[in-house]
Amino acid sequence: MKSKIPQLLAFLSGLVILVAAFIPHTPFGMFEETLTNWFMIISSFAILLGQSSLIQSNVAKITQKAPNWKYHIATLVSFGVMLIFGLLWGMENTPGILGQGEKLAESLGSKPFDYLFEYAFMPLSSTMFSLLAFYIASAAYRAFIMRTFESNLLLITAVIVMLGRTSFATILTSWIPDSLHFLRLPELTDFIMQYPNTAAQRAILISAALGVVGASLRIILGIERSYLGGEK
Amino acid sequence: MKHLHLILLFLLISMVAFANPEEIDTYYAEDAPWDDGTAVLHKWNLSAKWDSLSLQKADSLGVYQEIFNEFSLSGQYKETGLTPDIKHQYRLVLYNKEQGDSLTLFAETTTQQQWFSMDKLPLLILLLIICSSVLYYILSARRGKELFIRRISGLDSIDEAIGRATEKGKPILYVPGISDLNDIQTIASLNILNHVAMKSAEYGTELLVPCRFSMVMSAAHETVKDAYLKAGRPDAYKEDNIFYVTDDQFGFVAGVDGIMLREMPAANFFLGAFWAESLILTETGFITGAIQTAGTGQPHQLPFFVVSCDYTLIGEELYAASAYLSRDPQQLGSLKGQDFGKLLTIILILAGIIAEIAGFGWFKNFFEGVF
Amino acid sequence: MSEDINLTKTLRERRIIFLLLVLAVAIPIIFPFSLKTHSTPLTEKAFNLIESTPAGSPVIISFDYDPSTVTELQPMAIAIIEHAWRKNHRIIAMAMWPQGSQMADMAFSEVQKKFGEEKVYGVDYVNLGYKPGGMVIIQTMGRNLKTVFPKDTAMNDYDSIPLLKNIKTIKDIKYVVSLSAGDPGLRDWIMTANGKFGIPVAGGTTAVSAPGFLPYVNDQNQLSGLLGGLKAAAEYELLLGYEGTASRGMNPQSIAHLLILALIVAGNIRVWRNRRKEKMAKEVNNG
Repeated sequence: MKSKIPQLLAFLSGLVILVAAFIPHTPFGMFEETLTNWFMIISSFAILLGQSSLIQSNVAKITQKAPNWKYHIATLVSFGVMLIFGLLWGMENTPGILGQGEKLAESLGSKPFDYLFEYAFMPLSSTMFSLLAFYIASAAYRAFIMRTFESNLLLITAVIVMLGRTSFATILTSWIPDSLHFLRLPELTDFIMQYPNTAAQRAILISAALGVVGASLRIILGIERSYLGGEK
Repeated sequence: MKHLHLILLFLLISMVAFANPEEIDTYYAEDAPWDDGTAVLHKWNLSAKWDSLSLQKADSLGVYQEIFNEFSLSGQYKETGLTPDIKHQYRLVLYNKEQGDSLTLFAETTTQQQWFSMDKLPLLILLLIICSSVLYYILSARRGKELFIRRISGLDSIDEAIGRATEKGKPILYVPGISDLNDIQTIASLNILNHVAMKSAEYGTELLVPCRFSMVMSAAHETVKDAYLKAGRPDAYKEDNIFYVTDDQFGFVAGVDGIMLREMPAANFFLGAFWAESLILTETGFITGAIQTAGTGQPHQLPFFVVSCDYTLIGEELYAASAYLSRDPQQLGSLKGQDFGKLLTIILILAGIIAEIAGFGWFKNFFEGVF
Repeated sequence: MSEDINLTKTLRERRIIFLLLVLAVAIPIIFPFSLKTHSTPLTEKAFNLIESTPAGSPVIISFDYDPSTVTELQPMAIAIIEHAWRKNHRIIAMAMWPQGSQMADMAFSEVQKKFGEEKVYGVDYVNLGYKPGGMVIIQTMGRNLKTVFPKDTAMNDYDSIPLLKNIKTIKDIKYVVSLSAGDPGLRDWIMTANGKFGIPVAGGTTAVSAPGFLPYVNDQNQLSGLLGGLKAAAEYELLLGYEGTASRGMNPQSIAHLLILALIVAGNIRVWRNRRKEKMAKEVNNG
């Protein structure tokens, strides 16, 4: 019974959305709207669920003095500080419990929440993303090795595209005559990205889309239900 | 006299009919086709002497209010957000500001709800064919027909990865992507999580599941709990091991990287939807020396996974994983149905190329929903 | 044991690579030089969409990113707002990511410096803020915009905002630009705003995600232009005729690309030397 009701719900909602996609007449459009509204409401409440899980798991680690428990204090303190600042003085134009906090904003240059957002959160987040550049460099060093015909092809393509994406590309190949303009690095790069790359991506996308159709059908028909905690 | 009138009328009609079409100002409003009765399509074709226009609609008191005023000699405007089954009255006022001339054209129409979006007919046909083939193969499998499914090494290696984590006495890390529960990739990942959790319960290896969205976390709780129950190890299930980190994309990445560097899991699974963070996650995993399996339906992230992981599930393999792992004939049957879909797509692509070369535009138009 | 030695070696190599990359990025910032960039068709397509839209048109810019990708996406946001304002488009900003709303405010205040009093909040632009739900949100916007955003971020009622007076659904919007770092984002706009409601959609993404959206730039105009990474942002600045943060950021990026190419060469030399060593060792053993 526990898994039958969710399965029935999955079947009915899947069927309704599928039918509503082809029938614009009422009540089908309304069904879709209602279901999408429900999803929005549940999403909003789920944010609270996430916060409670965050507090619970971190508090548990601290009370149990789990390894590296000090990091969990840092998480909870950061969470609490942002929450309190946001609640008391709001953010941007939105007022908080104590109003707009003009005096504080005057001394800090912005509201406390915005100040932390701009000068602590933003640099930290950007730092995480910038790691990507370092990892791309080390992965390229490791991966683009001449081994087989295919790997050589990959290597040559990578070199063309990487060079083509720099400002040097124009300087390096501007001497190529207009009749052979397609050999200039920026144009060669655009060609590789637009045709061979897009063709391969489309092939993967099409087969993935067919995979989605199959997986959706299995879910709607209740053949696949391990995601509900009820594997066949 | 009566005949003369008729002849004059005929001549007048003929003059109008055969006059230069550019000289005639036409305007009409019609119910937008194949919709839910909430839109009206306005179309006009004007002579060159006009330089501005005002499209107006009569309100409930019959007073005309302007709804559109962007001038073009031949154009259309789609008015939306209307109530179905209501008669609407319009007028198009044309101006020539230099000459001080103006002309008003009237139109009326009733918005109607349609029972079928005809422009989606090709989509429906394709959907029916593909769904039918999937259902056919599911039924065939149910009747006991043997179906051959190619080996997917990324999935075959799951047991090996879990076994290695058990040998080393280290945990398994499972990241179900960074999408919410409304993404089918996340659902596909949760299906694989069920299998991984069952194996980890059997081997008695700790399983860590950090989640970016709380709805995914709730679903993962149920999936893992059930797997532990089925494996006969409900006592080994730790709810705290499936936890929410943060909604923030790179905050989540920082959290998962931290887990990898502190807990040093011996097997990492990154299965689901991933974006720019994919390489940051898997390179950190590479540094910790973990055996890594990744898979996503996002083609642009696959190169990063291929470079830094031991096994990669490419696109459709992620969706097929659960069926493949369960070895359930019905689920395997659906994979066979998907293969038929691929064959159909190939045939349609070839037919499309031939039709375009031969100049049969109707083929492409049909699939674009233009009849 | 040999596994550990290899891992230590890899770690040492990585540290050298990281150090070199820091230098490759830092040196062009400390000693700037000027390299010319050129615009590509994908950027021009997005530019032309905005350029050809009539003055006064209501448009949506969706800020579907957070501070982590600000270096790549914020210059795009600034350039697109500037272009839209030059064409007198009325901008509706919204976000499908929690911090996107702040990103919008920051971008508006940056462009506002150029336009001064000319652009008024509520008349020329509005920030409707963040809503969770991704694709579902766009579907609901197709039915009623007000139910999704009853108030803007300044808590003004939807009906009291002059810009939104005649805008009932997303179908009244002339184009959508989604600046997207992941999910939810550009893919949802393509599938719903364009696929379902037929609204032209252009997008801006990080460079690593851009190739994934190329298949959508096709004859059916599922995507009416794509800005991929900092280079595309620099191209957009070039088309608008000014040098902003993206153009200035292109020098370090170009040098970093060259370094990666050099690293690929170094990596191949290392592998070749190792292979030669192995071969020689084998020959010695056999001999």
